[in-house]
Amino acid sequence: MGFLTKKRWQRRHLVETFMKFIMRVSLFIVAGSLGLILWIVVVRGLPSLSWEMVSQIPKGGYYMGKGGGILNAIIGSLYLAAGGTLLAMIFSVPIAIYLKTYLGDSKWGQYVRLSLDVLWGIPSIVYGAFGFALMISLGMRASLLAGIIILAFIELPIMTRAMDEVIRRMPEDLEHAALALGSTKFEVALRIVTRQMLPGITTAILLGFGRGIGDAASVLFTAGYTDRIPTSLMRPTASLPLAVFFQLSSPYPEVRERGYAAALILTVIVLVVSFSSRWLSARLNKYTVK
Amino acid sequence: MSQSNSTFSKQSNKQTEGRPPRPSVSTRARQDQAARRTFFVFTLLPVLLILFIAIALFIRSWPIISAYGLSDLLFGEVWRPNNEQFGFWPFILGTLWVTTVGVVLAVPLCLLASIYLAEYAHVKMRSFAKPILDLLAAIPPVVYGVWGLLTIVPFVDDVLAPLFDRWLGSVSIFKVNQPTGFGILSAGIVLAVMIAPLIISVMYEIFSTVPNDLRHASLAVGATRWQTIRNIILPQVAPGILAAIVLGASRALGETIAVLMVVGNIPQVPTSIFDSAYPLPALIANNYGEMMSIPLYDAALLSAALVLLIVILIFNILSMLVIQRMLRRKWAS
Repeated sequence: MGFLTKKRWQRRHLVETFMKFIMRVSLFIVAGSLGLILWIVVVRGLPSLSWEMVSQIPKGGYYMGKGGGILNAIIGSLYLAAGGTLLAMIFSVPIAIYLKTYLGDSKWGQYVRLSLDVLWGIPSIVYGAFGFALMISLGMRASLLAGIIILAFIELPIMTRAMDEVIRRMPEDLEHAALALGSTKFEVALRIVTRQMLPGITTAILLGFGRGIGDAASVLFTAGYTDRIPTSLMRPTASLPLAVFFQLSSPYPEVRERGYAAALILTVIVLVVSFSSRWLSARLNKYTVK
Repeated sequence: MSQSNSTFSKQSNKQTEGRPPRPSVSTRARQDQAARRTFFVFTLLPVLLILFIAIALFIRSWPIISAYGLSDLLFGEVWRPNNEQFGFWPFILGTLWVTTVGVVLAVPLCLLASIYLAEYAHVKMRSFAKPILDLLAAIPPVVYGVWGLLTIVPFVDDVLAPLFDRWLGSVSIFKVNQPTGFGILSAGIVLAVMIAPLIISVMYEIFSTVPNDLRHASLAVGATRWQTIRNIILPQVAPGILAAIVLGASRALGETIAVLMVVGNIPQVPTSIFDSAYPLPALIANNYGEMMSIPLYDAALLSAALVLLIVILIFNILSMLVIQRMLRRKWAS
């Protein structure tokens, strides 16, 4: 009997140790792939990265390996992502405030959250096709404006949900205290929720920007591609993800190499945005009541 | 307007009882009402946007659906736009193969990693893992594509394909018919890494809905941690885990650029994980240029987007409903 219990004891502990080991390995594989991605992008991108790449627009014959850079794509991407984020902000801030102050966990609030989550899940290629369908209906051509609008649609659910998650943690006492003093819900929203939301808004902006700058499939349809820096909202514009994509499909090795460098530039921008979001929200969190 | 004014004055009378009347109350209440209505209009946007996307795609793809019929489009095997033959079947199968391989690779890894983070890891470990997952989620698809092109495709071509061909070549789904490295397996590996952060964070949330009492009770009668997880926690969270997997699958279904770069893009009915495939999103993205020059081509591609949208909406709504319900249970307790 004693022998039997001892044996079973050993076996389940063996299983425990084994499971713990493969769990650690799994986590390591996931984390390791991040390291691998960053390492590959840096190692392959760095050799062909030059000042010329980030400071000039493509010259004639650039796509056959001649001089120039991808400034058009860098500027274009910044325009697109900044415009999209700004437009999405105009809508997402009121929605997040409304969800917190007026809706809470009501039925309509749940519907709105669900629809935001569902919008989040719609792939960017479908947004792109939708944008394209709209553009042919309206007789519009690929332009910076169309790209900005579609990116705003893509970023809207991400930003709203990010703000919503942050503001949800606001202590209810704050709201109750204000309401008890006789303020209306609108005043609570304006004076208290907006201030408590500041870290959330910052995170949301940077999250939305990061998503917008990396999105290729939607921009492909709506913003087009050009070698010039756009001078008006109605002009088509280049973007970094597409610059990477197009250069990688080139038969010329020099051009492909520059595609890797463009990928490095894109990655660096996304990393900077991601880190500064973390840093800023940690700093701004000091000024909120918890 | 006069009616609503009177209700406000009633409200304000109630609020200012026992105090000198302050006329500003009704202005403030009116302001509140106005804000409520304006805000409400804003929340219509996300709800209506989903419908709007579906309707716009439907209208633009109606010409081809009415001309060919839905089943001919979906199950037609020939894709020759110049001959006006639009069969999505190879592309649908390509999408399913790539998604399945990606999910099959991602799920065990994500399940184990999320169990570790939720049940074993110290706070320090968690605060270390979260930024890594966030970063992984933040990396743009095209960078995943570059990584796939530079690492995964050669790895599949040089290592995995010969290995599988040697040991499992007789099994048809592991047979190497096109030894290029570009194919379903490469796309699946890239997708697995891309959907991992989402699946892990959803699973982690789901695990944290299990009340600690259950863990304590199980550990107190002498079960090991793994026994507790297998016998107590996993049965509790099974629907949520399934929902997380479905959510991950719906992400994988729509992934475009990264997949497009490594999958080979040959319109054929794949039979092995080493075959090239041509998923629907890649089809849409690759042909946007010629779309307007061939009749019905644009309608065909937009109907492909519509099919993708409908499948993803169903997947998303089902899994979100399950996840939201499970998370509410946590807040309720």
